[in-house]
Amino acid sequence: MPGLFQQIQAGKLWDFHGGIHPPGRKEQTNQKPIAVLPIPDRLYLPLRQHIGVAGQLLVKVGERVLKGQQLTGADNSMAVPVHAPTSGTVLSITPHTSPHPSALPELTLVLEPDGLDEWRQREPLNFLTCDNMTLLSRIQDSGIAGMGGAGFPTHIKAGLTQPVDYLIINAVECEPYISADDLLMQEAATTIVKGIDILCRLLNPKAVLIGIEDDKPIAAAAMMAACSQREHYYVRIVPTKYPSGGEKQLIQLLTNKEVPNGRRPADIGIVMQNVGTAFAIAQAVLDDHPLLSRIVTVAGDTLNQPQNVLALLGTPVSALLDACGFQSQPQQRVIMGGPMMGFTLPDLSVPVVKTTNCILAPTAQELPAASTEMDCIRCSACADACPASLLPQQLLWYSKAKDSDKLQEYNLADCIECGACAYVCPSEIPLVQYYRVAKADIREQQREALKAEQAKARFEARNARLEQEKQERQQRNQQLAAARQQQQLASGANTAVADALARIKAKQAQAAPADERSKEQILAERELKKQQARAHQQQKAQQQKEQQQNAQQQAAEQPNGQPEQTPAATVNTDIKAAALAAAIARAQAKKAAQATEQHATEQQVIPAPGTDKSDEAVVSAETDPRKAAIAAAIARAKAKQQAQTENENDTSAPLTTAGAVNEPVAVSDAAAEDPRKAAVAAALARAKAKKQANAEPSGQTAVSATDAVVADAVVPDAVVTEDPRKAAIAAAIARAKARKQADSENS
Amino acid sequence: MTLLTALIALGTLALIFGAVLGYAAIRFKVESDPLVEQIDDILPQTQCGQCGYPGCRPYAQAIANGDDINKCPPGGEATIRKLADLMGVEAKPLNEAQTENVKRVAYIREDECIGCTKCIQACPVDAIVGASKLMHTVLADECTGCDLCVEPCPVDCIDMIPVATTPERWKWDLAAIPVRMVE
Repeated sequence: MPGLFQQIQAGKLWDFHGGIHPPGRKEQTNQKPIAVLPIPDRLYLPLRQHIGVAGQLLVKVGERVLKGQQLTGADNSMAVPVHAPTSGTVLSITPHTSPHPSALPELTLVLEPDGLDEWRQREPLNFLTCDNMTLLSRIQDSGIAGMGGAGFPTHIKAGLTQPVDYLIINAVECEPYISADDLLMQEAATTIVKGIDILCRLLNPKAVLIGIEDDKPIAAAAMMAACSQREHYYVRIVPTKYPSGGEKQLIQLLTNKEVPNGRRPADIGIVMQNVGTAFAIAQAVLDDHPLLSRIVTVAGDTLNQPQNVLALLGTPVSALLDACGFQSQPQQRVIMGGPMMGFTLPDLSVPVVKTTNCILAPTAQELPAASTEMDCIRCSACADACPASLLPQQLLWYSKAKDSDKLQEYNLADCIECGACAYVCPSEIPLVQYYRVAKADIREQQREALKAEQAKARFEARNARLEQEKQERQQRNQQLAAARQQQQLASGANTAVADALARIKAKQAQAAPADERSKEQILAERELKKQQARAHQQQKAQQQKEQQQNAQQQAAEQPNGQPEQTPAATVNTDIKAAALAAAIARAQAKKAAQATEQHATEQQVIPAPGTDKSDEAVVSAETDPRKAAIAAAIARAKAKQQAQTENENDTSAPLTTAGAVNEPVAVSDAAAEDPRKAAVAAALARAKAKKQANAEPSGQTAVSATDAVVADAVVPDAVVTEDPRKAAIAAAIARAKARKQADSENS
Repeated sequence: MTLLTALIALGTLALIFGAVLGYAAIRFKVESDPLVEQIDDILPQTQCGQCGYPGCRPYAQAIANGDDINKCPPGGEATIRKLADLMGVEAKPLNEAQTENVKRVAYIREDECIGCTKCIQACPVDAIVGASKLMHTVLADECTGCDLCVEPCPVDCIDMIPVATTPERWKWDLAAIPVRMVE
């Protein structure tokens, strides 16, 4: 079994799966010489005519440019420049309908030729003496991009560093109607071979395979003659079959190698260039003639003279058609590209670009518009025709369902969009259109996924940065605080605080011995205080009464034995504040009394003279005054009740106070839980007490009546904490009544 | 006797296979992606907060904890379908309060910008550049179209403009290839 290279040398050809045999219809144009068009009135030059990015604009509107002058720069490896195809003036740089199936406007430079066709200065290179880098930059600067249709920048493919076994020159031109490469080979075979020489110099392949379909015998003969001096150039005549001009299909035809899924031919040591590209390279290097024009097949039955024309890039399609005697028909379609892979143009101002190989203006009979699509009958004709060995009917199924996972599983990406499946489909399903939509969707999804990934990374980076900034700020604040503290220590600014602390300590130390005073003393003090608070309370009650009652009652009040009554000054004091203070004081007293109850016996302790009262009261007032006040009020209410009952038993007033003290411990607990209830209970108690007091005969002393009055005045204070105003009024009324009774009794 | 032999043989085999399987279960354990990660990968990462959570990851966490899967307007029906598959729940239509909209990016009318930096602080993906009292601008390629910068702008100089279709992004539309009369 001979090796692959021997087999190729021996002229063996292989085959690829599927393929179709549409009518060629090349005889319209392939016997006629290439016509040269007159320079059109306007040239529309899209700034991007290849796959990649547009270069930076180098000219301004209104500027005069010479033939071959660069209009955009090659500032990027994926950018190839656009040149002025003839001398003239830049009219405008505006969006113009692009030669793309979408027909979306793209930035286009409009050039007005001046008819002089004046060249810029040209510097031909001798490719045998200059290095590869010079050659590659010349190829790039000359604006050469793949002229077979895809428009991939040639300098990238020609500058591969990977070892290349085979350079394949694609001159198959399998699509019907198109004969541009055929004519080019017929007329310029020697230049093409020079271009191949330059490519060989750059890529250094083992062999050059030139694939030509067997329907171009003249071109094949011309190429064979031109290559006769090159021993490793092999012209291979391949049988006519569509799409043998596809890159992967031609590789399989000539070398029996398959390009793996998702890889490029370069990965298996193969580089493929179009024959037109080889010609352009030769022109660019040897003549310094950048890519300014190309051969375009203008064909179709609506033309009087279908032919191949050498059109300047940027020539509007209408100018091409006019030059070939275009007779427009109703529902006329004009197709850019071949009948299989081309697209219908939206209008005829679309220009010829580097990848335009054919303009087709067919009649309706010649190339009928797509008719009604019918259901798939699962005949599998498409699968038989598919050159990529895919399953078109399955792909159609999943394309309609927009199931991108399944589409990828069925290798939609390997579809070359040749249209063979749609051509053979008996149901006239435009299969390839479905695949294009699905492919665009998948591309969009991949783009979105990539963007999402980037957005996520940026979002996370931002969060991390914010977190870090926050921590840094905290750290800085802490450091600043520490520094400030140290500074203060150093400067002695905080001595005032330290002094104050020291004073407090000293005071505490002084206060400590006071605790060691005898319990009796303390108790006595508390009792005294309690009495004082009581007196104060009475006084205040009187004052309130004074404010709310009339003078008559005031006058009656005097004999009740309240000599401490103070005049207007006291009256003016804020009642509420006073009430609160009194409540606090009472709470104090109550607590003290409770403590006394627990520790001491029932006997009354005579207050020791000379003890300070105010200090103690303030200290104990700190404990929840409100609660205490309520508790105290209730306790007082109880005391009142007892006093009333005792009054009935004719006991003396002082004992009443002592007796009242007996009860409150139990009551205060309940009171703390439900002050409102307690208040109601207290009110009831008061009412009862009053009734009893009323029931008492006049033989009772004034003291008992006074007590009643005091209780009345005191108890409402509990309610005061909840609704001071209302309670105050109620209390006042109650007091007034009590006074009246007392008065009547006294009299 | 034969019964005993059979039992012993089968028992031994069972033990051997059990041991092998047990070893394989530990040795060749496949670390599966945590659920939150998988959900987060499905979400569109616009970080727009339209779901009510501060970013896509918190929403992923919420879905993992049982929240609805139909709160992501930027993801649209496709995301809901994927989430439904992943979570094994019924795909619901997009929440009524949240409407799916076309893809947009923010655009700052630069001569109206006062340089307050409020939009910069609001942008979850740092897609706005600028400095205090200097004009800001949006990096259109990085903008996720989340709308979060529009509201804080004190002079309302931020527009959300639909992304322009370019030939590269153009989707073949079966019905949209215009066939016009060519005169």
